[in-house]
Amino acid sequence: MIGETAVGPKAPAARGRGLHPWAGFLLRRLAGLAVALAALVVVTFLMMQLIPGDPARALAGDTATGAQVEQLRHELGLDRPLTEQFTSYATGLLHGDLGQSFQTREPVAQVIGSRLPFTAELALLAIVLVLLLAVPLGMAVAIATRGGRRGRLDAAFTFVTGLVGATPEYVLGTLLVLVFAITLGVLPAAGAASVTALILPVAAIALPATCVLARIVRRETAGVLEQDYMRTARGRRLPPLRLYARHALPNLLTGTLTMGGLTLAGLLGGTVIVESVFNWPGLGSRVVQAILNRDYPVIQGTVLVLGVLATLLNMLVDLLLGLLDPRTLNGRNAP
Amino acid sequence: MIRWSKGLAAGTAGLVLIVLLGIVAPWIWGDDATRLTGAAREGASAAQWLGTDALGRDVLARTLVATRLTLLMTAAATAVAGVLGVLLGTAVWVAGRRVREAGLRLIDVMVSYPAVILALVVAAILGAGRVAAVIGIGIAWTPAFARLTANLAASVAGRDFVATARLLGVPPHKLLTRHLLPNIAEPLLVLLSVAFAGTLTALSGLSFIGLGVQPPSYDWGALLNTGLEALYTNPAEALGPAVAITLTGVLAGFIGDGLAAGLDPRGAAAVRAARRRTKTAKPTPPPADALLVVDDLRVSLPDGTDLVAGVSFHVRPGEIVGVVGESGSGKSLTAMAVAQLLPDGLDVQAATLRLDDLDLLADAEPRRLATEIGVVYQDPSASFNPALRLGGQLTEVLRRHRGVGKAEARKRATDALDSVRVTRPAARLRQHPHELSGGMRQRAMIASALLTGPRLLVADEPTTALDVTVQAEVLALLREINERDGTAMLFISHDIGVIGTLCHRVLVMYGGRIVEELTAADLSAGRARHPYTRALLAATPRLDAADGEPLATIPGRPPAPDARPAGCPFAGRCTEELPDCATTPPPVAVFGADHRAACHALTTAASRGGDR
Repeated sequence: MIGETAVGPKAPAARGRGLHPWAGFLLRRLAGLAVALAALVVVTFLMMQLIPGDPARALAGDTATGAQVEQLRHELGLDRPLTEQFTSYATGLLHGDLGQSFQTREPVAQVIGSRLPFTAELALLAIVLVLLLAVPLGMAVAIATRGGRRGRLDAAFTFVTGLVGATPEYVLGTLLVLVFAITLGVLPAAGAASVTALILPVAAIALPATCVLARIVRRETAGVLEQDYMRTARGRRLPPLRLYARHALPNLLTGTLTMGGLTLAGLLGGTVIVESVFNWPGLGSRVVQAILNRDYPVIQGTVLVLGVLATLLNMLVDLLLGLLDPRTLNGRNAP
Repeated sequence: MIRWSKGLAAGTAGLVLIVLLGIVAPWIWGDDATRLTGAAREGASAAQWLGTDALGRDVLARTLVATRLTLLMTAAATAVAGVLGVLLGTAVWVAGRRVREAGLRLIDVMVSYPAVILALVVAAILGAGRVAAVIGIGIAWTPAFARLTANLAASVAGRDFVATARLLGVPPHKLLTRHLLPNIAEPLLVLLSVAFAGTLTALSGLSFIGLGVQPPSYDWGALLNTGLEALYTNPAEALGPAVAITLTGVLAGFIGDGLAAGLDPRGAAAVRAARRRTKTAKPTPPPADALLVVDDLRVSLPDGTDLVAGVSFHVRPGEIVGVVGESGSGKSLTAMAVAQLLPDGLDVQAATLRLDDLDLLADAEPRRLATEIGVVYQDPSASFNPALRLGGQLTEVLRRHRGVGKAEARKRATDALDSVRVTRPAARLRQHPHELSGGMRQRAMIASALLTGPRLLVADEPTTALDVTVQAEVLALLREINERDGTAMLFISHDIGVIGTLCHRVLVMYGGRIVEELTAADLSAGRARHPYTRALLAATPRLDAADGEPLATIPGRPPAPDARPAGCPFAGRCTEELPDCATTPPPVAVFGADHRAACHALTTAASRGGDR
């Protein structure tokens, strides 16, 4: 009886060797996370080895004697074999020891501890704002212009999102400062002293990404509205809110996140640069300072933390995808 | 072939102008850009449109001169990304299967890291400067090219024409230039323009934060940085580079969008007008006991082309009426017009379209539409929402339109699944559609359509997407439901054999019209009269056919809706065509209470005292 094959060969229960689909999914994701973190540790370690010339000589300055340079080299552990250096780097990381700033002698962990909350605050607020704005906007435009209706709205949406989406975060930030801080004088131009100081940096990071994502959402929504299951849902004569929020939203989010995940991860890069516009005391402005001063331990630690943040963000997107579309639990992301 | 849309043309023209500007600007304005006037941080004036910087240099001249360095760096970084990416992608594709899979996975991961972070790593290694910035951003964009190349290589290399060319002994370099490059050139071009915009933004960003171009050189990013410092004294100083960066990025984006739209067939969607419903004249009285009455139904495109060109029929309570025809005959549109589920942009007109006392031409009450008409769709795998569990989808109408509580609705759904013999019905409610086999899904769809006890079940090719054995089971199920509950059905199929075994009465549609209407008994007894119906029957494979007897086919194909002849739509393919057929609409010949056919040949034969 063909009709009796309850669980087809592709069903997750049969594939996951008896595991719950979520268990298998989480295990794979955790394994991926571990690999990515290990790779980040190796890359940040190798980064220091690839620096041309002699870091100790560069650090000690032109006036240092050969003995002083040797002394510094020994202090930094640069005279030890590569494997030994890596082992000590990795074990240090496990104990939360990321070394010491060349410049300020401050422990790098402490530098990061004081800076990370500011960067995380900006990036997270921006992500939430992007999702809250882009999804309803893209859906509303797709619904309003379906079947070629409202050509003017379509053109206006395409133009505005194209323009703002192509404006770099730091350019938009500069313009926002000009308008809201200098001309109107309603918001602070720089610093992180008050809650209002968050508004302009978050807007600068979030608005371009919102436009990029809204275009993706609009395209995905238009595709979803043509699907057979939306006709089925229309056949149930549901109120519009329920029709779009319950039947269209989960499906268009799958494609949106698959394509827009890059945009969300890119917000982190935008944050790093925008911090310079607003003198924001986060990791981004600190790493720039460290690179200009060749403060290698700080660079190493900061880049590692930024990499971990990006990894976690990607993992978050994967988890959301799994929640929204159970089919992605079985294997690769794309449905 | 590239389609020159407005955006693409504007983007290309604009970018060409900017490139020309980049070439000539340092020659024309080079002196102005470096001359120290002593008038520091002056506002905009007639002499200096964007004012002067901290050293009194003309900001507009500096912005124009910076075009060359900015474009050169952007082009260099894009080239680094393109070359490294294509090489990497090709290497991954040429490598063995294991290396390829690991490589693709690695590229996927790398693509998801922000370019700025990678650029920071390179800047840390090489020290801040323009070389580090170009290499860093170039490397950061490499995975995107690698992924595209690997994907394109995979799709193109697998296509038939490449295999054919290889078999024919086309030498590899010709294979590459003649067959592969043309097919991957356009997607690569799209990515190149996207990457150009991206590297421009990222490079300018690096210069802006002080990690890119170092003084005394300057690009737009560096100018924006000094402009930010002067924002209070001369805001125009920041505006110049801000506009330059954004404008160039937008133009590159136009090119990318324009090229991508040309590649995407969805971009060419026709503009449609809103849907309207009107009554046509002259209703004819239907049988007194009819449940569904359709009189002179027309479904047309906004340009006036009729897809369904005046169709009249009725369905009595407990009756299964089949509609059969080739694709394009209008049978599914007829069914969807009855179910009020036509796609946007189609006009519906009819003299009468009603289900008992429910007028389907007026804006019928949603609750009655949802509960009195059940619909079974063609493709069960596409017609359930993949993201929602079956329980929610099955109970939705009961809960929304009948006010049934959750527990009770789930109980009724379980019973309904059980009655259509879905195995483990209670557990199914917690499953997603993809966890069911195709046959199970169609049973669940039928259960869903029957949950509210509809008066009419519209089944639009419900067995077409199923295996033959599952098909037979579903047909048996529909017949059983009809006999048990007396549910009336409008059953659509292109398979005249299926129609004949299931239905009581049969409508044969062709070219948007009903060409013959007869009972299933007449159909199976070989009493079909219309040449098209007979041709359909002859084209159906039969088990009792004599050995070696070839299967008949109908030569030609149905005319497109806007190319149908003024007379009989079958004119031109018909074996019994008369001179009038193409020009005059055929009269209806009546052969009994439930049997009529619209055909010149039949009425001519009848008037000559033919076989009636």
